[in-house]
Amino acid sequence: MKLFNFVFDATKEVLKGTPLYYCWMAFLLVVMIFAANSYGYQLEHGLLVTNMRDQVSWGLYIANFTFMVGVAAAAVLLVIPAYIYDFKAIKEIVILGELMAFTAIIMCLAFITVDLGRPDRFWHILPGLGILNLPFSMLSWDFIVLNGYLVLNMLIPFYLLYKGYLGKEPNKKWIMPFIILSIPWAISIHTVTAFLYNPLPARPFWNTAILAPRFLASAFCSGPAIIVLVFQIIRRFSNIKIQNAALFKLAEMMAYAMFFNLFLLVAELFKEYYSATVHLAPMQYLMQGLHGYNALVPWIWTAITLNVSAFVIFILLRNIRNLKLLNIGCVMIIIGVWIEKGMGLIVPGFIPDTLGEIYEYLPSSTEVMVSLGIVALGAFIYTTLAKVAIAIDTGRLRRQ
Amino acid sequence: MKKGLGTLILLFLLAGNSPAAKEFSVPYPPFSPGIFPCMACHEGMDRNRNKRQLTDMHQEIKIIRHGERWCYDCHDARNMDRLRLTGGKQIRFEESYNLCGQCHGNILKDWKKGIHGKRTGNWQGEKQYLLCVHCHDPHNPPFKPIKPEPAPVKPENTLLKSRPRAKSK
Amino acid sequence: MKEESDIDLSRRKLVKTLLAGGAATLLPLSQAYGAAGTIDWAAFFQKRFQELTPQEVGRLIKRLEEKYKIKYGRDIKVKTTPSLDNVEFAYALNLSKCIGCRRCVYSCAQENNLSRKPHQIHYIRVLRFQSGPIDFEKAEHYYDPREVPEPGYFYVPVQCQHCRKAPCVKVCPIKATWTERDGTVVVDYDWCIGCRYCMAACPYKGRNFNWAEPRLPPEEINTNTHYLGNRPRMKNVVEKCTFCVHRSREGRYPTCVEACPVGARKFGNLLDINSEVRQIIETKRVFRLKEDLNTDSRFFYFFHS
Repeated sequence: MKLFNFVFDATKEVLKGTPLYYCWMAFLLVVMIFAANSYGYQLEHGLLVTNMRDQVSWGLYIANFTFMVGVAAAAVLLVIPAYIYDFKAIKEIVILGELMAFTAIIMCLAFITVDLGRPDRFWHILPGLGILNLPFSMLSWDFIVLNGYLVLNMLIPFYLLYKGYLGKEPNKKWIMPFIILSIPWAISIHTVTAFLYNPLPARPFWNTAILAPRFLASAFCSGPAIIVLVFQIIRRFSNIKIQNAALFKLAEMMAYAMFFNLFLLVAELFKEYYSATVHLAPMQYLMQGLHGYNALVPWIWTAITLNVSAFVIFILLRNIRNLKLLNIGCVMIIIGVWIEKGMGLIVPGFIPDTLGEIYEYLPSSTEVMVSLGIVALGAFIYTTLAKVAIAIDTGRLRRQ
Repeated sequence: MKKGLGTLILLFLLAGNSPAAKEFSVPYPPFSPGIFPCMACHEGMDRNRNKRQLTDMHQEIKIIRHGERWCYDCHDARNMDRLRLTGGKQIRFEESYNLCGQCHGNILKDWKKGIHGKRTGNWQGEKQYLLCVHCHDPHNPPFKPIKPEPAPVKPENTLLKSRPRAKSK
Repeated sequence: MKEESDIDLSRRKLVKTLLAGGAATLLPLSQAYGAAGTIDWAAFFQKRFQELTPQEVGRLIKRLEEKYKIKYGRDIKVKTTPSLDNVEFAYALNLSKCIGCRRCVYSCAQENNLSRKPHQIHYIRVLRFQSGPIDFEKAEHYYDPREVPEPGYFYVPVQCQHCRKAPCVKVCPIKATWTERDGTVVVDYDWCIGCRYCMAACPYKGRNFNWAEPRLPPEEINTNTHYLGNRPRMKNVVEKCTFCVHRSREGRYPTCVEACPVGARKFGNLLDINSEVRQIIETKRVFRLKEDLNTDSRFFYFFHS
């Protein structure tokens, strides 16, 4: 009964709001509807409506999936300080961070689903009903860890919010093990995702030991950047108090992560260019162009410029506590990491392909539309959840 | 005793036509229509064993890129329905691989194992062989270049035909 | 006060948009999967081929043959011949002989019911190299001269290598692709979810994806098919060379072997000392592509003119 009340009251909370709120949600719904239409078109005609082909068999969808797994993993960045360093400035916004992780995982699963050729056969991968190729297939492991992370990030915030709704203190002893578990689990989801690409000897661009560390480093840049921006929006439209100190603390952590990210990039570049084996080809395609093909060159150089600039900004922010500068840095880092990890990682893995052919892939309009729809879905879900969380946190939403 | 001897002689004769002589079952040799049996025309004709350019018949057959030889190097003048090995032994046209194998011994060895030559039929059980001449014209052995089948469709041209909206760049 | 009616209007607008949008969404989605009445529930719940009992296989084949009859109007026979005993297939290709004529490519396309243009699928890809080393970056895939062979070039056909340590089998998340007893790597098209992880893992471009519904003119269909091989496939699943499983398991050569006009292709049982492939490996100098990747492929190339 209490649970039903919770759901009912939460739904009521979601359905009322300011006109601006309605406009925002309507806009997101419109985007989602257009995207669903594009996805229906894709289902009807097959994945040929994307620009993926045998030569480049993964594209924008998997690129976005990779990026969003990083965002989801970065929630741990908020959890660790709160529960290890007991840093009060961050503690109050942990739930919002975990809801962000939850939303990001939903988006990851959505990106995978739209990339699958036969999503109607999803039950083939469910343990018990279908079959999992354990322990060999990294994709089977990824399925387990991503869904486990989803469950964790449903359980923890829901429990804390539910208790808050009831006006009761959460049972720390009961929930703490799950919270502690979510820390290594967050690292594992991104490591396992990196291990998807890493062990394929057919793709020398990915077959490098530092792929997993690079993933984690870039995740710890992009995730908090999104959180910093989103929390400022939350701060603006609600009564939640998020101290600037918290935001600048995140910025400091991002600076270290970006330094590590750039260092690993230099290490990669050095190894490939100095050894100059045939495996240099994809790196060369990305950085300079290969045999006249150079579609991704402007992309990667934009990404590197943005990342380096963001790094400089975050270093400056240690002394200059300027919010505008922080926001610029965050936007730069989000775009830079998205390019570097998405189009700048997935696509060059296939160029040149295993038989030396170069097929230049850039996403089709269908892929872009469906991806935007999933982003809109994420925004929609997060707005909904955040609204409920804020209402509970500020005491407005309580069981009567 | 006589019966036993007769059986022995019969067996011996059969051995002469045993698999050792006809090891490889091959399809019918690719004669030009009507050209075989040769003795149908050559019975009763004189044999001119002087090496020359033919003018009356078979003048279209030119030995191209197969050494400085001519007809009677391979065809048996005594019996035109047979070929001759260098030692003078007569062999049937169905056994012509032994003739080619005199010079192309390594290829003959490979052919017998199935390594050389076009393979059709079954990998399991009896191998089917083609004669050398089924692929190589003995008078003009080198293969002529042939027109290749079309190149595959490039990925950027792999499109849906139905809706133009699906066109890639 | 305007606020109450404003909020009411906004709510109404929201609901209207939802309903309109829902309809607009469901229409193409329903088109994609057909109206509920035409969903093939038996196909939806079908288990992995390896887990089916003989009776279930019998029912499955019957259902498939009926479906094919309706779809293509032809009587397509779907066999389920198992691996032969004491057989381990191997393939050998004589690079001194290959003239790059692509007869193998197109005979394979015909025999295995591959999708025709414009979303063409070819299991075999012939690469052209200039005389010298095999450097894939310099390979030409789309050569189209008037005649082959061209002087100064040699040709290397590549297809699924049916590796003993197949990377594709290792990475499939649902074991939709596996190595059979006779060494052939096969795909259960009805189990594959189309994630294409196997395609990312294959070092030889041995696997193809049906990006769209295969274009297969019914009058050109080869009706002698195998469940794991050349039966007509559907969109959004992976497929590959199966050493013509519908032929090789009956002792016949794959069609590419027979189509080659110069006898460059050899196929047979590695365990049979007298087979040509075994003899080639024992007596010729063979090599495999990308040997350093340790895929232990069954496809041996050799030069011997």
